Amino acid sequence: MEKQDLEMLIEKAKEIRKLTIDEVGFLGVGHIGGAMSVVEILTVLYYKILQNIDPKDPKKEGRDKVVLSKGHAGPTLYAILADKGYFPKEWLHTLNKGGTMLPSHCDMNRTPGIDFTTGSLGQGASAAAGIALADKLKKHDAFTYLIIGDGESQEGQVWESAMFASHYKLGNLIAFNDYNKMQIDGTTYDVMGIDDVNTKWHGFGWHVQRVDGHNPAQLTEAVLRAKLVSERPSMIICDTIKAKGFSLAEGQVGSHSMPFTYEQAQEAIAALDKN
Amino acid sequence: MKSLHTYADMRAVYADTLIDLAGKDERILVLEADLMSASGTKGFKEKFPDRIINAGVAEANMVGVASGLSSQGFIPFANTFGCFATRRAYDQFFLSANYAKQNVKLIGTDPGVTAKFNGGTHMPFCDITLTRVIPGLTVIEPADTVSVHNLTKLAYEHQGCVYMRLHRKGAVNIYPEDQKFELGKGIVNREGTDVTIFATGMVMLPESLKAAELLEKEGISAAVVDLHTVKPLDGDLVLKYVKKTGAAVTCENGQVNGGLGGAVAEFLSENYPAPLKRVGVQDEFGEVGTQDYLQERYGLTADAVVKAVKEVLKMK
Repeated sequence: MEKQDLEMLIEKAKEIRKLTIDEVGFLGVGHIGGAMSVVEILTVLYYKILQNIDPKDPKKEGRDKVVLSKGHAGPTLYAILADKGYFPKEWLHTLNKGGTMLPSHCDMNRTPGIDFTTGSLGQGASAAAGIALADKLKKHDAFTYLIIGDGESQEGQVWESAMFASHYKLGNLIAFNDYNKMQIDGTTYDVMGIDDVNTKWHGFGWHVQRVDGHNPAQLTEAVLRAKLVSERPSMIICDTIKAKGFSLAEGQVGSHSMPFTYEQAQEAIAALDKN
Repeated sequence: MKSLHTYADMRAVYADTLIDLAGKDERILVLEADLMSASGTKGFKEKFPDRIINAGVAEANMVGVASGLSSQGFIPFANTFGCFATRRAYDQFFLSANYAKQNVKLIGTDPGVTAKFNGGTHMPFCDITLTRVIPGLTVIEPADTVSVHNLTKLAYEHQGCVYMRLHRKGAVNIYPEDQKFELGKGIVNREGTDVTIFATGMVMLPESLKAAELLEKEGISAAVVDLHTVKPLDGDLVLKYVKKTGAAVTCENGQVNGGLGGAVAEFLSENYPAPLKRVGVQDEFGEVGTQDYLQERYGLTADAVVKAVKEVLKMK
Protein backbone atom coordinates (compact mmCIF):
# COMPACT_ATOMS: atom_id res chain seq x y z
CA MET A 1 0.00 0.00 0.00
CA GLU A 2 1.23 3.51 -0.85
CA LYS A 3 2.53 5.38 2.18
CA GLN A 4 0.30 8.32 1.34
CA ASP A 5 -2.79 6.09 1.24
CA LEU A 6 -1.91 4.47 4.53
CA GLU A 7 -1.38 7.84 6.21
CA MET A 8 -4.70 9.05 4.87
CA LEU A 9 -6.49 5.98 6.25
CA ILE A 10 -4.79 6.26 9.65
CA GLU A 11 -5.71 9.93 9.83
CA LYS A 12 -9.27 9.23 8.65
CA ALA A 13 -9.71 6.47 11.24
CA LYS A 14 -8.66 8.91 13.94
CA GLU A 15 -11.09 11.50 12.66
CA ILE A 16 -13.95 8.95 12.59
CA ARG A 17 -13.06 7.76 16.07
CA LYS A 18 -13.25 11.36 17.32
CA LEU A 19 -16.52 12.06 15.55
CA THR A 20 -18.03 8.87 16.98
CA ILE A 21 -16.90 9.61 20.54
CA ASP A 22 -18.34 13.10 20.22
CA GLU A 23 -21.60 11.71 18.79
CA VAL A 24 -22.12 9.14 21.55
CA GLY A 25 -20.78 11.49 24.23
CA PHE A 26 -23.29 14.15 23.26
CA LEU A 27 -26.04 11.63 24.01
CA GLY A 28 -24.23 10.46 27.13
CA VAL A 29 -24.52 6.71 26.70
CA GLY A 30 -23.92 4.15 24.00
CA HIS A 31 -22.22 1.09 22.58
CA ILE A 32 -18.84 2.72 22.49
CA GLY A 33 -16.79 -0.49 22.81
CA GLY A 34 -17.88 -2.14 19.59
CA ALA A 35 -18.15 1.23 17.86
CA MET A 36 -14.45 1.82 18.46
CA SER A 37 -13.21 -1.66 17.59
CA VAL A 38 -14.84 -1.51 14.16
CA VAL A 39 -13.47 1.94 13.17
CA GLU A 40 -10.63 0.79 10.92
CA ILE A 41 -12.74 -1.89 9.22
CA LEU A 42 -15.39 0.66 8.21
CA THR A 43 -12.83 3.35 7.40
CA VAL A 44 -10.95 1.09 5.00
CA LEU A 45 -14.22 0.12 3.34
CA TYR A 46 -15.59 3.62 2.86
CA TYR A 47 -12.35 5.46 2.05
CA LYS A 48 -10.51 2.82 0.06
CA ILE A 49 -12.56 -0.16 -1.04
CA LEU A 50 -16.19 0.56 -1.92
CA GLN A 51 -16.93 1.02 -5.61
CA ASN A 52 -19.71 2.84 -7.33
CA ILE A 53 -21.17 4.48 -4.24
CA ASP A 54 -22.58 7.98 -4.37
CA PRO A 55 -23.68 9.96 -1.28
CA LYS A 56 -26.11 11.88 -3.48
CA ASP A 57 -27.63 8.63 -4.77
CA PRO A 58 -27.45 6.23 -1.80
CA LYS A 59 -29.47 3.51 -3.54
CA LYS A 60 -27.52 3.61 -6.78
CA GLU A 61 -28.00 0.39 -8.75
CA GLY A 62 -24.91 -1.78 -8.96
CA ARG A 63 -23.13 -0.19 -5.99
CA ASP A 64 -21.11 -2.10 -3.44
CA LYS A 65 -23.16 -2.66 -0.29
CA VAL A 66 -22.32 -2.77 3.41
CA VAL A 67 -24.35 -4.66 6.01
CA LEU A 68 -23.30 -3.79 9.54
CA SER A 69 -24.88 -6.80 11.17
CA LYS A 70 -23.52 -5.75 14.55
CA GLY A 71 -26.02 -2.94 14.22
CA HIS A 72 -25.18 -1.47 17.61
CA ALA A 73 -22.01 -0.05 16.05
CA GLY A 74 -24.25 2.18 13.93
CA PRO A 75 -22.81 5.39 15.44
CA THR A 76 -19.43 4.70 13.78
CA LEU A 77 -21.09 4.16 10.43
CA TYR A 78 -23.13 7.35 10.91
CA ALA A 79 -19.93 9.31 11.52
CA ILE A 80 -18.53 7.97 8.25
CA LEU A 81 -21.72 8.55 6.26
CA ALA A 82 -21.91 12.12 7.59
CA ASP A 83 -18.27 12.68 6.71
CA LYS A 84 -18.91 11.31 3.20
CA GLY A 85 -21.84 13.70 2.75
CA TYR A 86 -24.80 11.30 2.90
CA PHE A 87 -26.36 13.69 5.42
CA PRO A 88 -25.29 16.76 7.42
CA LYS A 89 -22.83 16.25 10.26
CA GLU A 90 -25.23 18.10 12.56
CA TRP A 91 -27.37 14.97 12.54
CA LEU A 92 -24.74 13.21 14.64
CA HIS A 93 -25.91 15.09 17.72
CA THR A 94 -29.43 13.73 17.22
CA LEU A 95 -28.34 10.12 17.89
CA ASN A 96 -31.15 8.25 19.67
CA LYS A 97 -33.18 11.39 20.26
CA GLY A 98 -36.93 10.99 19.65
CA GLY A 99 -37.65 11.28 15.92
CA THR A 100 -33.99 11.02 14.94
CA MET A 101 -32.77 9.69 11.61
CA LEU A 102 -29.91 8.03 13.48
CA PRO A 103 -31.24 5.29 15.77
CA SER A 104 -28.95 3.21 17.99
CA HIS A 105 -29.13 0.32 15.53
CA CYS A 106 -28.92 0.68 11.75
CA ASP A 107 -32.18 1.40 9.93
CA MET A 108 -32.23 1.49 6.13
CA ASN A 109 -35.54 3.34 6.13
CA ARG A 110 -34.29 6.20 8.27
CA THR A 111 -30.67 6.80 7.46
CA PRO A 112 -29.43 7.57 3.95
CA GLY A 113 -26.60 5.22 3.06
CA ILE A 114 -27.60 2.33 5.30
CA ASP A 115 -27.99 -0.70 3.05
CA PHE A 116 -29.85 -2.95 5.46
CA THR A 117 -31.67 -2.72 8.78
CA THR A 118 -29.89 -4.60 11.56
CA GLY A 119 -30.01 -4.95 15.30
CA SER A 120 -31.17 -8.46 16.13
CA LEU A 121 -27.82 -10.21 15.90
CA GLY A 122 -27.27 -12.70 13.12
CA GLN A 123 -29.94 -11.29 10.86
CA GLY A 124 -27.62 -9.06 8.86
CA ALA A 125 -25.63 -12.12 7.85
CA SER A 126 -28.59 -13.67 6.03
CA ALA A 127 -29.62 -10.35 4.53
CA ALA A 128 -26.10 -9.81 3.23
CA ALA A 129 -26.15 -13.26 1.64
CA GLY A 130 -29.45 -12.34 -0.01
CA ILE A 131 -28.02 -9.06 -1.28
CA ALA A 132 -24.92 -10.79 -2.67
CA LEU A 133 -27.13 -13.41 -4.32
CA ALA A 134 -29.26 -10.62 -5.82
CA ASP A 135 -26.17 -9.05 -7.41
CA LYS A 136 -25.16 -12.43 -8.75
CA LEU A 137 -28.62 -12.99 -10.27
CA LYS A 138 -28.52 -9.50 -11.80
CA LYS A 139 -24.97 -10.15 -13.03
CA HIS A 140 -23.78 -7.03 -11.25
CA ASP A 141 -20.08 -6.79 -10.67
CA ALA A 142 -20.60 -5.57 -7.09
CA PHE A 143 -19.47 -6.76 -3.69
CA THR A 144 -21.38 -6.99 -0.44
CA TYR A 145 -19.40 -6.39 2.74
CA LEU A 146 -20.75 -7.87 5.95
CA ILE A 147 -19.50 -6.99 9.42
CA ILE A 148 -20.37 -9.27 12.30
CA GLY A 149 -19.30 -9.16 15.91
CA ASP A 150 -17.57 -11.96 17.75
CA GLY A 151 -20.37 -12.29 20.30
CA GLU A 152 -22.75 -12.21 17.35
CA SER A 153 -21.13 -15.36 15.99
CA GLN A 154 -22.81 -17.22 18.83
CA GLU A 155 -26.09 -16.80 16.95
CA GLY A 156 -27.10 -19.93 15.02
CA GLN A 157 -28.33 -17.82 12.13
CA VAL A 158 -24.75 -16.73 11.40
CA TRP A 159 -23.86 -20.34 10.66
CA GLU A 160 -27.00 -21.00 8.65
CA SER A 161 -26.06 -18.07 6.46
CA ALA A 162 -22.41 -19.17 6.35
CA MET A 163 -23.50 -22.53 4.96
CA PHE A 164 -25.81 -20.83 2.47
CA ALA A 165 -23.21 -18.35 1.18
CA SER A 166 -20.72 -21.12 0.68
CA HIS A 167 -23.25 -23.44 -1.02
CA TYR A 168 -24.25 -20.71 -3.45
CA LYS A 169 -20.58 -19.80 -4.10
CA LEU A 170 -21.09 -16.17 -3.16
CA GLY A 171 -17.60 -14.95 -4.04
CA ASN A 172 -19.02 -11.43 -4.02
CA LEU A 173 -19.63 -11.62 -0.27
CA ILE A 174 -16.77 -10.50 1.96
CA ALA A 175 -17.29 -10.60 5.71
CA PHE A 176 -15.36 -9.20 8.65
CA ASN A 177 -15.48 -10.57 12.15
CA ASP A 178 -14.75 -7.76 14.60
CA TYR A 179 -12.96 -10.06 17.02
CA ASN A 180 -12.47 -7.89 20.08
CA LYS A 181 -12.99 -10.93 22.32
CA MET A 182 -15.47 -9.22 24.59
CA GLN A 183 -19.23 -9.20 24.89
CA ILE A 184 -21.75 -7.83 27.36
CA ASP A 185 -21.29 -10.33 30.15
CA GLY A 186 -17.55 -10.82 29.88
CA THR A 187 -14.93 -12.10 27.49
CA THR A 188 -15.98 -14.45 24.71
CA TYR A 189 -13.79 -17.06 26.39
CA ASP A 190 -15.82 -16.82 29.59
CA VAL A 191 -19.30 -16.34 28.14
CA MET A 192 -19.32 -18.67 25.14
CA GLY A 193 -16.12 -19.65 23.41
CA ILE A 194 -16.06 -19.14 19.66
CA ASP A 195 -12.55 -20.45 19.07
CA ASP A 196 -11.09 -21.78 16.88
CA VAL A 197 -12.81 -19.15 14.81
CA ASN A 198 -10.57 -19.55 11.75
CA THR A 199 -11.23 -23.27 11.61
CA LYS A 200 -14.97 -22.79 12.01
CA TRP A 201 -15.25 -20.50 8.99
CA HIS A 202 -12.86 -22.64 7.00
CA GLY A 203 -15.02 -25.65 7.82
CA PHE A 204 -18.04 -23.83 6.43
CA GLY A 205 -16.24 -23.47 3.11
CA TRP A 206 -15.16 -19.86 3.36
CA HIS A 207 -11.86 -18.34 2.33
CA VAL A 208 -10.39 -17.20 5.64
CA GLN A 209 -7.78 -14.56 6.47
CA ARG A 210 -6.76 -13.13 9.80
CA VAL A 211 -5.47 -9.61 10.25
CA ASP A 212 -4.84 -6.90 12.79
CA GLY A 213 -8.20 -5.16 12.61
CA HIS A 214 -6.67 -1.81 13.51
CA ASN A 215 -4.11 -1.93 10.72
CA PRO A 216 -5.52 -0.30 7.56
CA ALA A 217 -2.77 -1.73 5.37
CA GLN A 218 -3.46 -5.30 6.47
CA LEU A 219 -7.20 -4.77 6.14
CA THR A 220 -6.90 -3.32 2.65
CA GLU A 221 -4.61 -6.06 1.44
CA ALA A 222 -6.92 -8.72 2.87
CA VAL A 223 -9.93 -7.26 1.07
CA LEU A 224 -8.06 -7.04 -2.21
CA ARG A 225 -7.06 -10.69 -1.84
CA ALA A 226 -10.62 -11.65 -0.92
CA LYS A 227 -11.95 -9.95 -4.05
CA LEU A 228 -9.87 -12.33 -6.14
CA VAL A 229 -11.58 -15.38 -4.61
CA SER A 230 -14.45 -15.90 -7.01
CA GLU A 231 -16.14 -19.15 -5.98
CA ARG A 232 -16.17 -18.80 -2.22
CA PRO A 233 -17.29 -16.14 0.24
CA SER A 234 -14.49 -14.60 2.27
CA MET A 235 -14.12 -14.08 5.98
CA ILE A 236 -11.55 -11.66 7.30
CA ILE A 237 -11.13 -12.24 11.02
CA CYS A 238 -9.99 -8.98 12.54
CA ASP A 239 -8.19 -9.05 15.86
CA THR A 240 -9.38 -5.88 17.49
CA ILE A 241 -9.50 -4.23 20.89
CA LYS A 242 -12.82 -3.32 22.45
CA ALA A 243 -13.17 0.47 22.82
CA LYS A 244 -9.88 0.91 20.95
CA GLY A 245 -8.68 4.50 21.25
CA PHE A 246 -11.30 5.49 23.81
CA SER A 247 -9.06 6.33 26.75
CA LEU A 248 -11.82 5.98 29.32
CA ALA A 249 -12.45 2.30 28.70
CA GLU A 250 -10.08 0.83 26.11
CA GLY A 251 -9.88 -2.94 26.49
CA GLN A 252 -12.55 -3.07 29.16
CA VAL A 253 -15.50 -5.43 29.12
CA GLY A 254 -17.82 -2.77 30.57
CA SER A 255 -17.41 -0.65 27.45
CA HIS A 256 -20.00 -2.61 25.47
CA SER A 257 -22.58 -0.02 26.40
CA MET A 258 -21.64 2.61 28.94
CA PRO A 259 -22.54 6.09 30.06
CA PHE A 260 -20.04 8.92 29.80
CA THR A 261 -20.36 12.67 29.88
CA TYR A 262 -19.72 15.04 27.02
CA GLU A 263 -16.77 16.40 29.01
CA GLN A 264 -15.31 12.91 29.27
CA ALA A 265 -15.84 12.52 25.53
CA GLN A 266 -13.88 15.69 24.90
CA GLU A 267 -11.08 14.45 27.15
CA ALA A 268 -10.97 11.19 25.21
CA ILE A 269 -10.85 13.14 21.95
CA ALA A 270 -8.03 15.32 23.30
CA ALA A 271 -6.15 12.18 24.34
CA LEU A 272 -6.45 10.87 20.78
CA ASP A 273 -5.02 14.11 19.46
CA LYS A 274 -1.96 13.73 21.67
CA ASN A 275 -1.15 10.37 20.12
CA MET B 1 -53.19 -22.07 -16.59
CA LYS B 2 -55.77 -24.80 -16.93
CA SER B 3 -59.26 -24.37 -15.53
CA LEU B 4 -58.99 -23.76 -11.79
CA HIS B 5 -61.78 -26.15 -10.97
CA THR B 6 -59.88 -29.06 -12.51
CA TYR B 7 -56.99 -28.98 -10.02
CA ALA B 8 -56.66 -31.85 -7.55
CA ASP B 9 -54.37 -30.00 -5.14
CA MET B 10 -54.32 -26.44 -3.89
CA ARG B 11 -50.51 -26.35 -4.02
CA ALA B 12 -50.60 -27.03 -7.74
CA VAL B 13 -52.81 -23.96 -8.22
CA TYR B 14 -50.31 -21.94 -6.19
CA ALA B 15 -47.30 -23.25 -8.12
CA ASP B 16 -48.91 -22.75 -11.54
CA THR B 17 -49.95 -19.24 -10.56
CA LEU B 18 -46.37 -18.46 -9.59
CA ILE B 19 -45.09 -19.90 -12.88
CA ASP B 20 -47.60 -17.76 -14.70
CA LEU B 21 -46.57 -14.60 -12.81
CA ALA B 22 -42.86 -15.36 -13.01
CA GLY B 23 -43.10 -15.66 -16.78
CA LYS B 24 -44.20 -12.03 -16.87
CA ASP B 25 -42.07 -10.61 -14.08
CA GLU B 26 -38.40 -11.45 -13.68
CA ARG B 27 -38.36 -10.12 -10.13
CA ILE B 28 -40.25 -13.13 -8.80
CA LEU B 29 -38.11 -15.70 -6.99
CA VAL B 30 -39.10 -18.77 -4.99
CA LEU B 31 -37.32 -19.84 -1.82
CA GLU B 32 -37.66 -23.22 -0.20
CA ALA B 33 -36.33 -24.83 2.96
CA ASP B 34 -36.05 -28.44 1.81
CA LEU B 35 -39.79 -28.71 1.23
CA MET B 36 -39.92 -28.12 -2.50
CA SER B 37 -41.72 -31.41 -3.02
CA ALA B 38 -44.21 -30.54 -0.31
CA SER B 39 -44.82 -27.01 -1.59
CA GLY B 40 -45.32 -28.37 -5.09
CA THR B 41 -42.85 -25.98 -6.69
CA LYS B 42 -40.82 -28.57 -8.60
CA GLY B 43 -42.57 -27.43 -11.76
CA PHE B 44 -41.31 -23.91 -11.08
CA LYS B 45 -37.80 -25.32 -10.82
CA GLU B 46 -38.12 -27.01 -14.19
CA LYS B 47 -39.31 -23.80 -15.77
CA PHE B 48 -37.03 -21.34 -13.95
CA PRO B 49 -34.10 -23.31 -12.51
CA ASP B 50 -32.14 -20.18 -11.60
CA ARG B 51 -35.04 -18.51 -9.85
CA ILE B 52 -35.75 -21.05 -7.14
CA ILE B 53 -33.38 -21.11 -4.22
CA ASN B 54 -33.30 -23.98 -1.77
CA ALA B 55 -32.00 -22.74 1.56
CA GLY B 56 -31.95 -26.19 3.11
CA VAL B 57 -33.38 -26.88 6.55
CA ALA B 58 -32.72 -23.35 7.79
CA GLU B 59 -35.92 -21.33 7.75
CA ALA B 60 -34.57 -18.34 9.66
CA ASN B 61 -31.83 -17.90 7.11
CA MET B 62 -34.29 -18.43 4.25
CA VAL B 63 -36.44 -15.54 5.43
CA GLY B 64 -33.35 -13.39 6.02
CA VAL B 65 -32.03 -14.13 2.55
CA ALA B 66 -35.48 -13.37 1.11
CA SER B 67 -35.34 -9.99 2.85
CA GLY B 68 -31.92 -9.25 1.38
CA LEU B 69 -33.14 -10.23 -2.09
CA SER B 70 -36.17 -8.01 -1.63
CA SER B 71 -33.97 -5.05 -0.72
CA GLN B 72 -32.47 -5.35 -4.19
CA GLY B 73 -35.84 -5.31 -5.93
CA PHE B 74 -36.71 -9.00 -6.12
CA ILE B 75 -40.10 -10.33 -5.02
CA PRO B 76 -39.38 -13.51 -3.06
CA PHE B 77 -42.04 -16.09 -2.26
CA ALA B 78 -40.65 -18.12 0.65
CA ASN B 79 -42.44 -21.41 1.30
CA THR B 80 -42.35 -23.79 4.23
CA PHE B 81 -44.72 -25.44 6.68
CA GLY B 82 -46.71 -22.80 8.56
CA CYS B 83 -45.23 -23.84 11.90
CA PHE B 84 -41.69 -23.13 10.71
CA ALA B 85 -42.64 -20.09 8.63
CA THR B 86 -43.98 -18.32 11.69
CA ARG B 87 -42.57 -19.87 14.85
CA ARG B 88 -39.09 -20.72 13.58
CA ALA B 89 -38.44 -17.65 11.46
CA TYR B 90 -40.55 -15.19 13.42
CA ASP B 91 -37.90 -12.64 14.35
CA GLN B 92 -36.46 -12.72 10.84
CA PHE B 93 -39.90 -12.15 9.31
CA PHE B 94 -40.69 -9.53 11.94
CA LEU B 95 -37.48 -7.50 11.62
CA SER B 96 -35.58 -8.26 8.41
CA ALA B 97 -38.76 -8.46 6.34
CA ASN B 98 -41.44 -6.30 7.99
CA TYR B 99 -39.63 -3.79 10.19
CA ALA B 100 -37.18 -3.23 7.33
CA LYS B 101 -40.21 -2.60 5.04
CA GLN B 102 -39.36 -5.29 2.54
CA ASN B 103 -41.57 -7.11 0.06
CA VAL B 104 -41.39 -10.71 1.22
CA LYS B 105 -44.25 -13.13 0.63
CA LEU B 106 -44.14 -15.82 3.29
CA ILE B 107 -46.27 -18.88 2.60
CA GLY B 108 -47.10 -21.20 5.48
CA THR B 109 -48.36 -24.55 4.26
CA ASP B 110 -50.37 -27.22 6.09
CA PRO B 111 -52.29 -24.80 8.30
CA GLY B 112 -53.98 -26.06 11.44
CA VAL B 113 -55.27 -29.62 11.44
CA THR B 114 -54.24 -30.19 7.83
CA ALA B 115 -50.77 -30.97 9.21
CA LYS B 116 -52.51 -34.19 10.39
CA PHE B 117 -49.93 -37.05 10.39
CA ASN B 118 -47.06 -34.66 11.13
CA GLY B 119 -48.75 -34.07 14.45
CA GLY B 120 -48.46 -31.54 17.25
CA THR B 121 -44.91 -30.38 16.50
CA HIS B 122 -45.90 -29.42 12.97
CA MET B 123 -49.40 -28.10 13.60
CA PRO B 124 -49.66 -24.35 13.07
CA PHE B 125 -52.52 -23.24 15.30
CA CYS B 126 -51.08 -19.82 16.13
CA ASP B 127 -49.56 -18.67 12.83
CA ILE B 128 -52.37 -16.17 12.26
CA THR B 129 -52.12 -15.02 15.86
CA LEU B 130 -48.38 -14.46 15.53
CA THR B 131 -48.48 -12.73 12.17
CA ARG B 132 -51.53 -10.59 12.93
CA VAL B 133 -49.55 -8.55 15.45
CA ILE B 134 -46.86 -7.57 12.96
CA PRO B 135 -47.60 -3.94 12.08
CA GLY B 136 -48.77 -3.37 8.53
CA LEU B 137 -48.58 -7.03 7.50
CA THR B 138 -51.27 -8.50 5.25
CA VAL B 139 -52.48 -11.92 6.46
CA ILE B 140 -54.54 -14.05 4.11
CA GLU B 141 -56.03 -17.52 3.92
CA PRO B 142 -57.57 -18.78 0.71
CA ALA B 143 -60.50 -21.20 0.94
CA ASP B 144 -60.60 -22.76 -2.52
CA THR B 145 -58.79 -23.11 -5.83
CA VAL B 146 -60.07 -19.81 -7.21
CA SER B 147 -59.05 -17.99 -4.00
CA VAL B 148 -55.56 -19.53 -4.05
CA HIS B 149 -55.03 -18.30 -7.58
CA ASN B 150 -56.43 -14.83 -6.97
CA LEU B 151 -54.89 -14.25 -3.55
CA THR B 152 -51.47 -15.37 -4.78
CA LYS B 153 -51.76 -12.83 -7.59
CA LEU B 154 -52.90 -10.14 -5.17
CA ALA B 155 -50.05 -10.97 -2.79
CA TYR B 156 -47.65 -10.46 -5.69
CA GLU B 157 -49.24 -7.15 -6.68
CA HIS B 158 -49.26 -5.86 -3.10
CA GLN B 159 -46.19 -3.77 -2.24
CA GLY B 160 -45.23 -5.05 1.20
CA CYS B 161 -44.98 -8.28 3.12
CA VAL B 162 -47.73 -10.87 3.08
CA TYR B 163 -48.30 -14.03 5.11
CA MET B 164 -50.47 -16.55 3.31
CA ARG B 165 -51.72 -19.82 4.72
CA LEU B 166 -51.77 -22.46 2.02
CA HIS B 167 -53.44 -25.84 2.02
CA ARG B 168 -51.24 -28.23 0.10
CA LYS B 169 -53.29 -31.29 -0.62
CA GLY B 170 -56.78 -31.74 -1.92
CA ALA B 171 -58.90 -29.07 -3.54
CA VAL B 172 -62.16 -27.35 -2.80
CA ASN B 173 -64.19 -25.39 -5.34
CA ILE B 174 -66.47 -22.75 -3.93
CA TYR B 175 -66.17 -19.74 -6.21
CA PRO B 176 -66.86 -19.38 -9.92
CA GLU B 177 -63.63 -19.01 -11.87
CA ASP B 178 -64.35 -15.36 -12.60
CA GLN B 179 -64.95 -14.39 -8.93
CA LYS B 180 -63.35 -11.04 -8.13
CA PHE B 181 -61.07 -10.76 -5.09
CA GLU B 182 -59.67 -7.75 -3.32
CA LEU B 183 -57.24 -7.76 -0.37
CA GLY B 184 -59.01 -6.62 2.76
CA LYS B 185 -62.47 -7.17 1.32
CA GLY B 186 -64.50 -10.15 2.48
CA ILE B 187 -66.92 -12.02 0.25
CA VAL B 188 -70.52 -12.75 1.18
CA ASN B 189 -71.09 -16.41 0.37
CA ARG B 190 -74.61 -16.62 1.61
CA GLU B 191 -77.16 -14.11 2.78
CA GLY B 192 -78.92 -14.54 6.13
CA THR B 193 -80.83 -12.58 8.74
CA ASP B 194 -80.42 -14.24 12.16
CA VAL B 195 -76.66 -14.58 12.53
CA THR B 196 -73.48 -14.06 10.52
CA ILE B 197 -70.81 -16.75 10.31
CA PHE B 198 -67.43 -15.21 9.51
CA ALA B 199 -65.10 -17.93 8.27
CA THR B 200 -61.66 -18.24 6.78
CA GLY B 201 -59.82 -21.01 4.98
CA MET B 202 -60.38 -24.27 3.20
CA VAL B 203 -61.45 -26.20 6.30
CA MET B 204 -63.85 -23.81 7.95
CA LEU B 205 -65.48 -21.98 5.06
CA PRO B 206 -66.93 -25.25 3.67
CA GLU B 207 -67.94 -26.35 7.19
CA SER B 208 -69.63 -22.99 7.73
CA LEU B 209 -71.56 -23.30 4.49
CA LYS B 210 -72.64 -26.81 5.52
CA ALA B 211 -73.69 -25.45 8.91
CA ALA B 212 -75.77 -22.72 7.28
CA GLU B 213 -77.66 -25.39 5.32
CA LEU B 214 -78.27 -27.44 8.46
CA LEU B 215 -79.46 -24.32 10.28
CA GLU B 216 -81.77 -23.40 7.44
CA LYS B 217 -83.55 -26.74 7.93
CA GLU B 218 -84.17 -25.67 11.52
CA GLY B 219 -85.49 -22.31 10.43
CA ILE B 220 -82.37 -20.32 11.32
CA SER B 221 -81.12 -17.97 8.63
CA ALA B 222 -77.32 -17.67 8.73
CA ALA B 223 -75.25 -15.41 6.52
CA VAL B 224 -71.79 -16.74 5.66
CA VAL B 225 -68.94 -14.34 4.96
CA ASP B 226 -65.47 -15.39 3.78
CA LEU B 227 -62.88 -13.22 5.51
CA HIS B 228 -59.96 -14.43 3.39
CA THR B 229 -58.01 -11.41 4.53
CA VAL B 230 -57.70 -11.67 8.30
CA LYS B 231 -55.57 -8.55 8.34
CA PRO B 232 -56.47 -5.87 7.49
CA LEU B 233 -59.89 -6.95 8.70
CA ASP B 234 -62.83 -5.88 6.55
CA GLY B 235 -64.41 -3.87 9.36
CA ASP B 236 -67.03 -2.33 7.10
CA LEU B 237 -68.37 -5.71 6.07
CA VAL B 238 -68.23 -7.12 9.61
CA LEU B 239 -70.12 -4.11 10.88
CA LYS B 240 -72.70 -4.23 8.10
CA TYR B 241 -73.52 -7.91 8.69
CA VAL B 242 -73.47 -7.81 12.48
CA LYS B 243 -75.78 -4.82 12.41
CA LYS B 244 -78.01 -6.69 9.99
CA THR B 245 -78.07 -10.04 11.83
CA GLY B 246 -77.33 -9.00 15.43
CA ALA B 247 -74.94 -11.86 16.24
CA ALA B 248 -71.70 -13.32 14.98
CA VAL B 249 -69.81 -16.61 14.96
CA THR B 250 -66.21 -16.80 13.76
CA CYS B 251 -64.77 -20.01 12.33
CA GLU B 252 -61.13 -20.82 11.77
CA ASN B 253 -58.72 -23.72 11.58
CA GLY B 254 -56.46 -22.47 14.36
CA GLN B 255 -56.33 -20.66 17.69
CA VAL B 256 -59.25 -18.33 18.26
CA ASN B 257 -57.05 -16.30 20.62
CA GLY B 258 -55.54 -13.65 18.42
CA GLY B 259 -56.78 -15.36 15.28
CA LEU B 260 -59.79 -14.42 13.18
CA GLY B 261 -61.89 -14.83 16.33
CA GLY B 262 -59.62 -12.45 18.18
CA ALA B 263 -59.68 -9.94 15.33
CA VAL B 264 -63.48 -9.90 15.09
CA ALA B 265 -63.86 -9.79 18.90
CA GLU B 266 -61.51 -6.81 19.14
CA PHE B 267 -63.29 -5.03 16.33
CA LEU B 268 -66.80 -5.63 17.62
CA SER B 269 -66.05 -4.78 21.23
CA GLU B 270 -64.73 -1.38 20.16
CA ASN B 271 -67.22 -0.61 17.43
CA TYR B 272 -70.45 -2.51 17.91
CA PRO B 273 -70.62 -4.83 20.92
CA ALA B 274 -72.72 -7.81 19.89
CA PRO B 275 -73.15 -11.48 20.85
CA LEU B 276 -70.17 -13.45 19.54
CA LYS B 277 -69.00 -17.07 19.64
CA ARG B 278 -65.71 -18.25 18.26
CA VAL B 279 -65.26 -21.68 16.68
CA GLY B 280 -61.65 -22.80 16.48
CA VAL B 281 -58.89 -24.20 18.65
CA GLN B 282 -59.35 -23.16 22.27
CA ASP B 283 -55.88 -22.65 23.75
CA GLU B 284 -54.56 -26.11 22.93
CA PHE B 285 -51.57 -27.68 21.20
CA GLY B 286 -51.98 -29.82 18.13
CA GLU B 287 -51.78 -33.59 18.00
CA VAL B 288 -51.55 -36.36 15.47
CA GLY B 289 -54.44 -37.98 13.63
CA THR B 290 -56.49 -38.01 10.47
CA GLN B 291 -58.01 -34.71 9.46
CA ASP B 292 -61.49 -36.02 10.27
CA TYR B 293 -60.36 -37.08 13.73
CA LEU B 294 -58.66 -33.74 14.36
CA GLN B 295 -61.62 -31.69 13.15
CA GLU B 296 -63.81 -33.59 15.62
CA ARG B 297 -61.18 -33.37 18.34
CA TYR B 298 -60.85 -29.58 18.11
CA GLY B 299 -64.46 -28.82 17.20
CA LEU B 300 -63.83 -27.71 13.64
CA THR B 301 -66.99 -29.18 12.12
CA ALA B 302 -70.31 -28.01 10.76
CA ASP B 303 -71.96 -29.45 13.88
CA ALA B 304 -69.71 -27.35 16.09
CA VAL B 305 -70.66 -24.28 14.07
CA VAL B 306 -74.36 -25.12 14.42
CA LYS B 307 -73.93 -25.48 18.17
CA ALA B 308 -72.10 -22.14 18.40
CA VAL B 309 -74.83 -20.43 16.38
CA LYS B 310 -77.52 -21.76 18.71
CA GLU B 311 -75.56 -20.55 21.72
CA VAL B 312 -75.01 -17.10 20.27
CA LEU B 313 -78.66 -16.75 19.38
CA LYS B 314 -79.53 -17.25 23.05
CA MET B 315 -77.29 -14.27 23.86
CA LYS B 316 -79.17 -11.93 21.54
